Amino acid sequence: MADRVDALFFFLLGVSLFISLLILVLIIAFCIKYRRRAPNEIGAPIGGSIKLETFWMVVPLLLSMVMFGWGASLYMSMQHPPPQAMEIYVVGKQWMWKLQHPEGQMEINELHVPVGRDVKLTMTSEDVIHDFFVPAFRIKADVLPARYTTIWFRPTKAGRYHLFCSQYCGTNHAVMGGWVTVMEPAEFEAWLAGGPVEGSLAEAGERLFQQLACNNCHASSGKGRGPSLVGLHGSTVRLQGGQTVIADDDYLRESILNPRAKIVAGYGPDMPVFQGLVSEEQVLQLIAYIKSLAPPQAAPGQPGTAAESKRPAGEAKKLP
Amino acid sequence: MSTGTGASVPTLGHENYLNVSYGVKSWLLTTDHKRIALLYLVSITLFFFLGGAFAVLIRLNLLTPQGDLVSAETYNKFFTMHGVVMIFFFLIPSIPAVLGNFLIPLMIGAKDLAFPRLNLSSWYIFNLGGLFTLYSIIRGGVDTGWTFYTPYSSLYSNTHVVATVVGIFITGFSTILTGLNFIVTIHTMRAPGMTWFRLPLFVWTHYATSLIMILGTPVVAITLALVAVERVFHLGIFNPALGGDPVLFQHLFWFYSHPAVYIMVLPAMGVTTELITTFARKKLFGYHLVAAASFGIAVIGFFVWAHHMFVAGVSPYAAMIFSILSYLVAIPSAVKVFNWMATLYKGSVSWATPMLYGLGFIGLFVMGGLTGLFLAALGLDVHVHDTYFVVAHFHYIMVGGAVMGYLGGLHYWWPKISGRLYPEALARFSAIVLFVGFNLTFFPQFILGYLGMPRRYHAYPPEFQVLNVLSTAGASILGIGYLLPMFYLIWSMRYGPVAGPNPWPATGLEWQTPSPPPPHNFDVTPVVSWEPYDFANRPDLKYPAPAPELGHFQPAAQD
Repeated sequence: MADRVDALFFFLLGVSLFISLLILVLIIAFCIKYRRRAPNEIGAPIGGSIKLETFWMVVPLLLSMVMFGWGASLYMSMQHPPPQAMEIYVVGKQWMWKLQHPEGQMEINELHVPVGRDVKLTMTSEDVIHDFFVPAFRIKADVLPARYTTIWFRPTKAGRYHLFCSQYCGTNHAVMGGWVTVMEPAEFEAWLAGGPVEGSLAEAGERLFQQLACNNCHASSGKGRGPSLVGLHGSTVRLQGGQTVIADDDYLRESILNPRAKIVAGYGPDMPVFQGLVSEEQVLQLIAYIKSLAPPQAAPGQPGTAAESKRPAGEAKKLP
Repeated sequence: MSTGTGASVPTLGHENYLNVSYGVKSWLLTTDHKRIALLYLVSITLFFFLGGAFAVLIRLNLLTPQGDLVSAETYNKFFTMHGVVMIFFFLIPSIPAVLGNFLIPLMIGAKDLAFPRLNLSSWYIFNLGGLFTLYSIIRGGVDTGWTFYTPYSSLYSNTHVVATVVGIFITGFSTILTGLNFIVTIHTMRAPGMTWFRLPLFVWTHYATSLIMILGTPVVAITLALVAVERVFHLGIFNPALGGDPVLFQHLFWFYSHPAVYIMVLPAMGVTTELITTFARKKLFGYHLVAAASFGIAVIGFFVWAHHMFVAGVSPYAAMIFSILSYLVAIPSAVKVFNWMATLYKGSVSWATPMLYGLGFIGLFVMGGLTGLFLAALGLDVHVHDTYFVVAHFHYIMVGGAVMGYLGGLHYWWPKISGRLYPEALARFSAIVLFVGFNLTFFPQFILGYLGMPRRYHAYPPEFQVLNVLSTAGASILGIGYLLPMFYLIWSMRYGPVAGPNPWPATGLEWQTPSPPPPHNFDVTPVVSWEPYDFANRPDLKYPAPAPELGHFQPAAQD
């Protein structure tokens, strides 16, 4: 990606240099050639030229449309992570970065990744808006509270690269940074195996799922008081009132923290609010767990099939 | 009317707006647009040097990677106060409230603005807003950045956000009232024969600017009021925990604050047009297109705001629309530059001080504009957004462009304002110092940004030090370039040679009345029968006889 950004940069630099040199040379030439030689000398009576003016409206317009198209296509590929990317969860807070690997490793202000793998970051903030910026990879995205944003990159060279917060976030904004360490795949495997880890992120989510007694209602049989979560991630959910929503990370987050915002058709507003009871990292662990609950027939990497409940409405019991 | 050639007796005999009455009261209660312009000049000059002092402290702190001069907390307040003071209390009012106020009635042949008392109250409102901001500075300042992004400003900052926001809210009314005054004046008070297409471009650009002032300023005022409301009453407007949306703030804020850039730069384009035509002694190349371009910029400028938000989590399809519109708004700006350039062709080009500022404006504006194309390119903006590349870009537009235009205009109309000429050689020298200092300060910041240095950093990795030191060194030269005019312009008010009514000489109506103008501008209502900048058909426009002391033309080999 860095190469593609640099290519666009140098294209723009070339065009800009050409235009600014042209203007500079012509202005200096005119100022010297037509400098005033007698105090009351008067310039030639030229009022304009439709042809010339059209020319210098149309040419910049065409040039700028090339810039637009190039920039937009680059942006679109930045916005769409490859499907097989390894997914790392990032939580920003004043003033540190907390990162979780799918294998369960936790890092603070450090991120270790292997050369040549696509890495997707799913990010949120505990407080104000931050921004995850790795200049060497030419990537950057704001990290917002109560929402997930994503970026992705593919490191091509081992090394240590700056990580900055690039959205002003308060007193220690300038030191809210760290390093991205890109390692050879073998080294990375050794690093993964090295740390003390209590199972993968999804396993941590599963433990949490049981601790919080989520499993009491969200039975995988689909017969609990809440809908089954198997194959939920990525599916289309029908809500009360007939609307539908894609069960993406943002939807799952909202439904854990503030379940009454969107109620699945056929279920009652029974689930308690978890806002303030689970941390952003724990929400991400729960999401990782829910993602791992793929229906057995779905091919890997494919979004699960519709997990809409066929249960008739109006059966839900009131909470005690 | 004396042409002021008797330099040995430097007095201004006629009754004019400066000597018609004396005393503090006669100034503080004046309804004369020319005196109000000078009141604004005093106010914004004070704010300029206040904002400049913060800039000096910022640059000194960045001399070392650890930021040794002040703590992070203090540094954050410095750049916030620098931005707030410079944008809301200097750049926005600079050309419109000083030069526009002084010149629009003179240029259209009117005796004042349409609402003189409203004009005076605008100045009081401006200062009232300024006092709130000064209060917040004295009480310890504010640290949100001039952009007041939520939820930091509304929930997390422990500084004086409310006082500052109230100050900006109040000052907004002075901007709105000034814009209103200009629009009504331009519509209703043009002299006989002053048709729309005989208006100087300066008036056209102020008309376009006034539209932005009236349509945009209420939005930022309400947005900042909402920040204060959320802070004080804990309503969930931008706070996601209460169902608000922090990104909504950015939409509302930039809906004004992007067009606000055009409030700064459009009037400077108007000034530059006057300078280029007068000092090339030639008709403006493509008058109608340049006038239309001002409106193109003002209108399209309202629909590009989200290009400040390409990495803020907006929909990629919305981002594409805002990217393409951002390229479209660049076209009228490009047209203006090419038309100015074409105006020089076969002109009679003088290298007088105002012209140096005018050419400086073009140079810096071109750099600022072209780097804007980098930022409008979606995939590239992702990398340079919120880095020093952006800082450099908008300083090229807002300082390189707007302040060069402001100083160029101040020099050009100084003989009209004060009745006297400034020292030409010193003024040229300081224009060059300013240009060199500016580029030394801000060009390294483009490189810093591309290398990845984020903005608003109190401390930075050591590899960025060389470029930061270069930038600080440039800033010290730039500072001299700003201080010099203040000294020699004040000096010239007493000791400068008498200018006469039309020292350059130029075609505008403002030059057809004595310098300084009488209290009611024109003794007889002028009747306009000529096209703007039509030097070829104005044989009456001649230099005052012994001109060389003015130094505003090259005494080259005369044949």
